[in-house]
Amino acid sequence: MSLRAPLARVLGYGSTQDGVRHWRAQRLTAYALVPLTVWLLLALIRVPLSDYAAVTAWIASGWNPVLLGLAVLAMSWHSQLGVQVVIEDYVHGATAKGTLLLLSKFGHVLLAAGGSYAVLRVAMRGF
Amino acid sequence: MRARPLSPHLSVYRFTHTMALSILHRIAGLYMAVGLLLLVAWLMAAAQGEDSYELFVARWSGGWIRLLLMGWLAAFVYHFMNGIRHLFWDAGIALERVPSRRSAWLVITATVIVLALSGYLLFCPQAGAP
Repeated sequence: MSLRAPLARVLGYGSTQDGVRHWRAQRLTAYALVPLTVWLLLALIRVPLSDYAAVTAWIASGWNPVLLGLAVLAMSWHSQLGVQVVIEDYVHGATAKGTLLLLSKFGHVLLAAGGSYAVLRVAMRGF
Repeated sequence: MRARPLSPHLSVYRFTHTMALSILHRIAGLYMAVGLLLLVAWLMAAAQGEDSYELFVARWSGGWIRLLLMGWLAAFVYHFMNGIRHLFWDAGIALERVPSRRSAWLVITATVIVLALSGYLLFCPQAGAP
């Protein structure tokens, strides 16, 4: 048991690199996802998913492509932040942890880019 | 680099319902990360044209995908409601023992109801298949 004050123990270790940025981004994306995911869920229930024409018509109509694109981006970002914390907490060993964090980041960027591209491609059909 | 001070980890705490809900939040989140993969694959299939979309639908239909969908729906409802609990806590609301236990039960009950309801709708023959 150390007699040093908690503050004195952490001072002098330098920056933690991240500060509150991760926490704030997680909250920001959570707020955005509250309306976006409810909208997406209701749409997915209503649209007949096995009907190609109906699905693409829904994706392309009105504000749907914009909201769908934003939903995919926010979900990818929020997911990356969450998976990152899980890896940081439960994977031990610098190599395994670093590799998994890198793979998760690349994977989530791929999802964000792929989802945006796919939505745009369906929405732009016929232009 | 000197070793950094770590916060106390799992092993120092007595297991309580708050821990169960917390770990379930992470599991539901991870499961939905896999769901995001499927969502993007679905959008990509729609973008590739009718043939690839039909192929996607054919591959991702049947009883087992309904089971997975049920899981995603339950995971979403749980993570969504529990996430809102966290957002209220951030504002310092309902953080005390009694209200937090009450909201915990609300989240669990809602999840079980959605799970049961979606199970009935997805597996009952006259209800529409996804």
